[in-house]
Amino acid sequence: MNGMWSAVRPYTARLLAAGLAGVAAELCGLGLVAAAAWLIARAAQQPGLAALSLAIVAVRGFAVAKGSLRYAERLAGHDVALRALAELRGRVFDALAARRRDLASRDGDALTRMVSDVDAVQDLLLRCLLPAVAAVVCGVAGVVVCAVAAPGAAFVVAGGLLAAGVVVPWVAWASGGRAAARAAAERERLAVRALDLLEGGAELAVFGASGRFAAAARESAARLEDAERVTTRVAGGVTAAGFLLQGLTAAGAAWVAVNAGADEVAVAVVALTALVAVEAVLPLASAAQRLREVLPASRRVAALLAAPPPPRPERPRPLPRGPLAVDFLGVRVAYDDARDDASGTYALDGVDLTVERGRRVAVVGASGAGKSTLLAAISGEVRPESGTVRLGGQDVAFCDPGEVRSAVRGLTQDAHVFATTVRGNLMLARPDATQAQLEAAARRARLLEVVDGLPGGWDTVVGEGGRGLSGGQRQRLLLARALLADPPVLVLDEPAEALDPATADEITRELLTLPGGGTLLLVTHRLAALAAADEVIVLDRGKVVQRGRHENLLGRPGAYRDLWESELLTT
Amino acid sequence: MKPVERRLLRRLPRRVVVVLGALAAGQGVLLVAQADLLARAIAGLDAWSLLPLAGVVAGRAALAWVTSGVAGRAAAAAKRELRDALLARPTGTPGGAPAGVPGGNSAGASSAGGGAGERVTLLTRGLDALDPFFTGYVPQLLAACVVPVLVLARLFTADWASALVVAATVPLVPVFGALVGMRTAALTGRQWGLLQRLGGHFRDVLAGLPTLRAFGRTGHQSVVVRELAGEHRRATVGALRVAFLSSLVLELVCALSVALVAVPVGLRLLDGDMALSTGLLVLILTPEAYLPLRALGARFHASAEGVAAAEQAFAALDAPVGRVGGVLPRGRAAAPEIVLEDVTVRYPGSDRAALEGVSLRIAPGERVAVAGPSGAGKSTLLLVLLGLVTPESGRVLVDGVELAELDLAEWRRRVGWVPQSPHLFAASVAGNIRLGAPDAPDERVVEAARAAAADGFIEALPHGYETVLGEGGAGLSAGQRQRLAVARAYLTGAPLMVLDEPSARLDLASERALVEGASRLLAGRTALIVAHRPALLGLAGRVVRMRNGRLVESGTEADAETGGETGREAAA
Repeated sequence: MNGMWSAVRPYTARLLAAGLAGVAAELCGLGLVAAAAWLIARAAQQPGLAALSLAIVAVRGFAVAKGSLRYAERLAGHDVALRALAELRGRVFDALAARRRDLASRDGDALTRMVSDVDAVQDLLLRCLLPAVAAVVCGVAGVVVCAVAAPGAAFVVAGGLLAAGVVVPWVAWASGGRAAARAAAERERLAVRALDLLEGGAELAVFGASGRFAAAARESAARLEDAERVTTRVAGGVTAAGFLLQGLTAAGAAWVAVNAGADEVAVAVVALTALVAVEAVLPLASAAQRLREVLPASRRVAALLAAPPPPRPERPRPLPRGPLAVDFLGVRVAYDDARDDASGTYALDGVDLTVERGRRVAVVGASGAGKSTLLAAISGEVRPESGTVRLGGQDVAFCDPGEVRSAVRGLTQDAHVFATTVRGNLMLARPDATQAQLEAAARRARLLEVVDGLPGGWDTVVGEGGRGLSGGQRQRLLLARALLADPPVLVLDEPAEALDPATADEITRELLTLPGGGTLLLVTHRLAALAAADEVIVLDRGKVVQRGRHENLLGRPGAYRDLWESELLTT
Repeated sequence: MKPVERRLLRRLPRRVVVVLGALAAGQGVLLVAQADLLARAIAGLDAWSLLPLAGVVAGRAALAWVTSGVAGRAAAAAKRELRDALLARPTGTPGGAPAGVPGGNSAGASSAGGGAGERVTLLTRGLDALDPFFTGYVPQLLAACVVPVLVLARLFTADWASALVVAATVPLVPVFGALVGMRTAALTGRQWGLLQRLGGHFRDVLAGLPTLRAFGRTGHQSVVVRELAGEHRRATVGALRVAFLSSLVLELVCALSVALVAVPVGLRLLDGDMALSTGLLVLILTPEAYLPLRALGARFHASAEGVAAAEQAFAALDAPVGRVGGVLPRGRAAAPEIVLEDVTVRYPGSDRAALEGVSLRIAPGERVAVAGPSGAGKSTLLLVLLGLVTPESGRVLVDGVELAELDLAEWRRRVGWVPQSPHLFAASVAGNIRLGAPDAPDERVVEAARAAAADGFIEALPHGYETVLGEGGAGLSAGQRQRLAVARAYLTGAPLMVLDEPSARLDLASERALVEGASRLLAGRTALIVAHRPALLGLAGRVVRMRNGRLVESGTEADAETGGETGREAAA
């Protein structure tokens, strides 16, 4: 819970105000009924109008105040919840930014969960904390009112309140949680089966297995239905128990009051106050259920915020200026745990490599050969298990990570197009870029013609993740951004992916030949333009299997020539 | 009421509506009885009338329990119907093909994948959001119809003057509700886009965190995240200020109405014109006339998410389905002759034909390889043969009979398919291999795996052939998937094999193993192979080339090799 509270703490005063408004609204509701009951019963004793005037004013006042206070509470509650949300978002962002690796940006599920975990802080306040405080205060007030009217009845009311406000929520928490856990597991199973049916549908049809798999999915759906029936039954039980406790408490309190010899006024006040007081604590059951759902989210956020930032070297070594040489000495990198690949054990398996400063090198190989990992090891995103990566002669492990990152930039597989203007997306790479620099980078990435075709030109807002752009346009934007950065070491992972082969080859050739710029490492799966590279490095299963110039590699049998022949086959 | 809601309500069996209506009426009657007994007990200081009151209270609790059970069951039934219907419906794939068919190119395949993800969400959490509609909104709707009438009836018999005031003011609740609702909808609708944008920003920057870090912009964005979240708060609270007005207005309307009733009652009590029990009854019952109507609005808002999910589900169910296939049985087990005559395929939403006037004859026992750039229509050609895509024009003849006339299931029993990116089903390795032959004994499964050169990696898996794959299970590399699919096709023993080589580059060892497996699979069978690498071409007797949906050349394997030579010289 600490994780979320840390974001709420700065707004304690506002939270208190919202809580007070909520409590006051509930008390007005209670006061309204108690005063009205008193008024009616007292009026029947015909004491004269003067004796009732205060009660009449009180009834009107409570009626109007209740609605207004409720309104104020809801607004103030949402305001404070959203303030806490803003603060928590900032903190979570900072914590994630300080980490070296991310939830993979393409893992939409993890991302969605993270966002909804953070959003859960609103529920914690609005649907758990504030209703609980109001319920408890109102319950206590109900007991006090009854104690004044008929002391014996107060015990009955207190008992009813404890049952409705503690026992029922506890049962709902315990049984509802178990049922919900079962339903969640069945839901997961159904999702897996449905995915088989949807993504493997064609294969099932061809292999005549559609019927079998559809039956299995329907069976899962039926089991989910079973599990959900239990949750519904719990919810129904909670509602019914609420009705029962409310009525019985009122009747019991009236019974005790009548038997204790109270008059009509006291009995009316006790009975009706009991009804309202119990009603006020009934939402505690749903608050408990909601809290159970919120807690895991809160725990995940807390774990994230508590994680210490990665250690930095105490006295970082400075990197030289200008284009940098890149050296790999026996570099070995283990696979991510998350990788869904049971083959191979190392993404990079003892790589030795020297790229002199200013050279332009192409990296090719099968998917999973370690190309992207190679680039990530240079920028320090990935730490080698053993071996050394040197940048301009300095061991990356002993440099300031921020400095390494600013020296090694480019286009990676997880590059993201932000929901902002095309200009904004590019300027990210260099906030002080001039229009001329923007255009130069865009021209090289073939983005300029795209920009000219957009309705708002440079100021067109593109959607989250690049929606509204085609795959090729998105790729050009990302490449232009990388080129605008113009770092000492430029790393480009499949910069011409999703472009037509002719354009792709043209861009690749230009990247490899145009004068200026730093050291370039370019990962590509198209070989046609690689005659322009100073050197080609061929990776297979985490190892460098061949290296040399394009024409030399073609001249001898081996992996590169195999790749080349495959490319010819598909053009 | 929107058409979706009407359609949802129509899904409720009449019986259920009648039962829920009766339960609501019962609740109303008991509510009146409860008020009556309570008023009498207080006014008469009569402890004994509290006993029947306890009975009435127990009755209300029981009715609430039954109502929630009936409504819950109705919700479950409606969800089951929708789930079954959705499970039987493919996602929106081209040509009315079953789901999971790649749309002829990688872009199509990825969008189909997204569709599957959305569909799964709809099937699980999406439809669960329907619960509040059925268990909350529907019973409340019936209560709102029945309870105010019953309460009014009792009030008329108790004190017609108060009843008249209630009868006149109760309609104000829906009227005000609608008026305020419309006004707020217009106001919040205008802000919706802004709220969406501001709310989505956090997700956007989290998704782009690696990029921000790479360009050293995290510090700047940290400030922006807080600023935009603050702006989001201001905009939201601004919208809520108006939205919450509706409940404030309704609450005030009710409070004033109750006051309108209560003040004269108090005065008449004071004058001795009215019995205390009547006064109390009126006081207790009056708010109950307004409550169901007020609660209806809240219930409706709570079920909005479910209604949106239902809208999505209905849209999916209303989508047209593709053709089902003919009925002619063709039970021959021998290798078929296949003739394509002028076949043209066009995917919906695409102006370019995926296949255009393709004619090709595959003799019994012949192995034909198809080569060409991506997007040329190679995979579509295979899908046509499998009956997964229906040609717009032209014919496919199997042993002289049109494919469209054949019983598709029967036909597919004669075909083995190795797709480009095989799906790993959430089952054991053995179960995945047995897809087309569920009753095959273990030895045959192992034999198939061995033929596909897959036995090595399968035995290295944590539980060997019993290792569970797929979503939530173990994963395999592209080359391993492919070999598993080869084993699967091998096990069917089908006389015609259709093989789509993965376009993703495999590492050298995987590729060698795949070619080895494929050569055993294809031996002695009719085959159509999409090849991305020279190694597989060696398995074919003839190579045809495709470009832009057309066949461009046809020749022997040797011709293709020569083509390779020329290309190499040109580049060197």
